Amino acid sequence: MAETMTAGPASMAAVPAPGDALLTIENLQAWYGESHILHGMDFHVRPGEVVTLLGRNGAGKTTTLKSIMGIIGKRTGSIRFDNHDISRTSSDKIARLGVAFCPEERGIFASLDVRENLMLPPQVRPGGLSLEQIFELFPNLKERLRSQGTKLSGGEQQMLAIARILRTGARFLMLDEPTEGLAPVIIQQIGHTIARLKNEGFTILLVEQNFRFAATVADRYYIVEHGKIIDGFANSELEANMDKLHTYLGV
Amino acid sequence: MSINLQALMAQLLVGLINGSFYALLSLGLAVIFGMLNIINFAHGAVYMMGAFCAYFLLNVMGIGYWPALIIAPIVVGIFGMILERTMLQWLAGLDHLYGLLLTFGMALIIQGVFQNYFGSSGLPYAIPAELQGGMNLGFMFLPIYRGWVVICSLIVCLATWFLIERTRLGANLRAATENPTLVRAFGINVPRMITLTYGLGVGLAALAGVLSAPINQVRPLMGADLIIVVFAVVVIGGMGSIMGSIITGFALGIVEGLTKYFYPEASNTVVFVLMVLVLLVKPSGLTGRTT
Repeated sequence: MAETMTAGPASMAAVPAPGDALLTIENLQAWYGESHILHGMDFHVRPGEVVTLLGRNGAGKTTTLKSIMGIIGKRTGSIRFDNHDISRTSSDKIARLGVAFCPEERGIFASLDVRENLMLPPQVRPGGLSLEQIFELFPNLKERLRSQGTKLSGGEQQMLAIARILRTGARFLMLDEPTEGLAPVIIQQIGHTIARLKNEGFTILLVEQNFRFAATVADRYYIVEHGKIIDGFANSELEANMDKLHTYLGV
Repeated sequence: MSINLQALMAQLLVGLINGSFYALLSLGLAVIFGMLNIINFAHGAVYMMGAFCAYFLLNVMGIGYWPALIIAPIVVGIFGMILERTMLQWLAGLDHLYGLLLTFGMALIIQGVFQNYFGSSGLPYAIPAELQGGMNLGFMFLPIYRGWVVICSLIVCLATWFLIERTRLGANLRAATENPTLVRAFGINVPRMITLTYGLGVGLAALAGVLSAPINQVRPLMGADLIIVVFAVVVIGGMGSIMGSIITGFALGIVEGLTKYFYPEASNTVVFVLMVLVLLVKPSGLTGRTT
């Protein structure tokens, strides 16, 4: 089935060669047990960029993030982060290089209260946000420090999931569908947060279904289909690519 | 029926002491089960090793009870960590049955080796001089060593509870119990944590072994006899909760003691009858998680 959509990568000429990239993925393949999910992903992210992976459900976006994080059953190909080859590195060591992951299901721990959830990820680099800065970004969290993590609302849980990786000093964040299932006002708040992180020089790899949201924060887009990148363009080319995008995403 | 207060109190004390061992052992089982998802059938064997370790320390190296209380759990804990690194870690993600079979096999081997060298009879281990004698409480005579066992067990159980439920390290442990993959992706060395957790659980069992040595003598099968009751305790309490396993441990010891007074014929079976009842009504145990 992967063979049906192989026209794409040539159209990536618009994207500059990744000489200065922070993250470079080449021919990444990944498996969940027996099923072959990624069939040769090629893309890169430069320092300070917000790059969004768009694609339908099951295209392989989440699997891509998990492969970079090293938490997928089996992966092959090349993953270079900050001049380290991390394609065979264990996830705890990848995290220590300054990669932070916010999973789609948010991963808030039920047996930990909000403060414990927040303090759980260890500092991997100096320069993470202080608790004061985090409470300034997400005032709700400060009120609920003693609550059980999973007693928070969906929006608060998402904020907690983002907040706890900002403490660690990691400068490269992977956010998997941070707006999924949230109210518009919360989505807006998360959008502001991402914009602010970008201003502060964070590099962000975002997975989104909601490209209207992605359009408010992303510098570039890649389209994922059947475990491959089939297209890519910059935010400035978004309008020109709107028709194609609708076809890709089936919206 | 008139109640003989002295006899009742004596049985309650025996129950409380048994409960101290149940609590220490089922606590270790709960900690290990939470992190490794393994039902540690070698728990009785490492309890016995704790007692033998104290015996060797005294008779070979001349190291007495008090240092043994610290040294034996560390030595046996390290032995446990070696077992985890070399064997148990390969079972991660497999069905419970594999861990059960492997640890059961390990228990048989360990006990077999000790039986081969020491037979089945008990070796004496004297009560340390500081804890000999007793106190007359008016309504009963309390042997000091027995009181010490209850207090020591209670302190260690509560300290373990505090470590797991109230500290940063414990938060890491609880989180890794829920979702080890994500905790590792935050940069925490989860495999090392699992090894240390197994060491902790095994160390608690070894500590119980040292505490038990002056009361029950040191025998290769001392753990095998006790562990069956402890597993019943764990089934009743449920594997899920630290405090639950502590409370259930003490409570069932007391229930056993009361039964010994009111209906001695049932004292060896009361725990198992309770186990059957709990399994019928609440299969995950009184404090267990339903997953």
